[in-house]
Amino acid sequence: MTDQEILAGLAEIIEEIAGTPADEVTPEANFVDDLDIDSLSMVEIAVAAQDKFGVEIPDEQLKDLKTVQDVVTFVSKSS
Amino acid sequence: MTGAKILGFGGYQPDQVVTNDDLAKLVETSDEWIRTRVGIQERRFAREDETVADMAEAAGAKAIAASGLEPSDIDLVIVATCSPESLMPTVAATVAHRLGIVAPGAYDLNAACAGFCYAVGAAADSVRAGSARHALVIGAEKMTSWMDWSDRSTCIIFADGAGAAVVGPTADGEREGIGPIVWGSAGDQGHKIVIEGRTGKLTQDGQAVFRWATTALAPVALEACRRAGVTPAEISAFIPHQANLRIIEAIAKKLGIPRDRVADDIITAGNTSSASVPLALSRMAEQGRLQPGKPALLLAFGAGLSYASQVVTVP
Repeated sequence: MTDQEILAGLAEIIEEIAGTPADEVTPEANFVDDLDIDSLSMVEIAVAAQDKFGVEIPDEQLKDLKTVQDVVTFVSKSS
Repeated sequence: MTGAKILGFGGYQPDQVVTNDDLAKLVETSDEWIRTRVGIQERRFAREDETVADMAEAAGAKAIAASGLEPSDIDLVIVATCSPESLMPTVAATVAHRLGIVAPGAYDLNAACAGFCYAVGAAADSVRAGSARHALVIGAEKMTSWMDWSDRSTCIIFADGAGAAVVGPTADGEREGIGPIVWGSAGDQGHKIVIEGRTGKLTQDGQAVFRWATTALAPVALEACRRAGVTPAEISAFIPHQANLRIIEAIAKKLGIPRDRVADDIITAGNTSSASVPLALSRMAEQGRLQPGKPALLLAFGAGLSYASQVVTVP
């Protein structure tokens, strides 16, 4: 999967869970500060990402993933 | 073959209203944080001298009255609780005596927050098997007894209260009113919600519990629907344990149940553990959101980790 494809898939998930329009989900976007996504929504996003990409993102890992790009990189490295 | 059904239910909340602002004086939190993360606006705390048995008795009396029965008609009392002041005598035996119920079978059932659905299942099984004719099932908790008031991740969530239902037999030819229970446990994750020993305070790994609840439980509820022969679309009311509004809404969304059919008593009751399902049921009835004769889906879950779900016909 390319980073572009991961980003697009992640934007879909974020739109579904947090209601954020997909075009606002840019790589530099910070979940808390820019997208207003709290740690509970991050858990839902991680679970949906696991379903979509087959990559597990454990709770301990989640707190280090601050931006959209952090998640894209994590998924890319793990798949 | 006798079936079982709910004949009536009722709830009791202590008088003292505790707002988010009240708790913000104790720990570092805010009304906004609590409302968005947990969904609670206010909750009730029992008086210092108010016991689990006191609350159970109040709810039990209401359920008996709602069922149209007399205390002398009840022959089984089950109290689901994980916060009794004493291990013995049981809350059930005490409450039975106080309500004037004559020599019923009586036991307390601890399945933590899953307790009420476990107890309804046990009561229904007893009625069907002929071990009891009319069972009083109560969920009653004083969670405030077990709170660490310096832990802002728990002390803002839990609260006190009780709810009860009377389970009795179906009439000749009447269809089953309490669907088969789907229950289970995940003891490998038991360490995620704990009250240690006799004097410990409640601790939980909130994030891990959130992850478990939002992933593992929709399938359980779906299976309960399947075993009862109903589809989620036919469910007229969904009453999940009131652990956290985000969890409630996530599970409802997975089940495809519209938000207006979902109980959200947590908003004014907080998380009352095994009391939360019957209290939420009572609240929905007060709000005019229940339809007699229609199927309602109950789902309870929590420490153990434990879970249980069944479809019941609204009396």
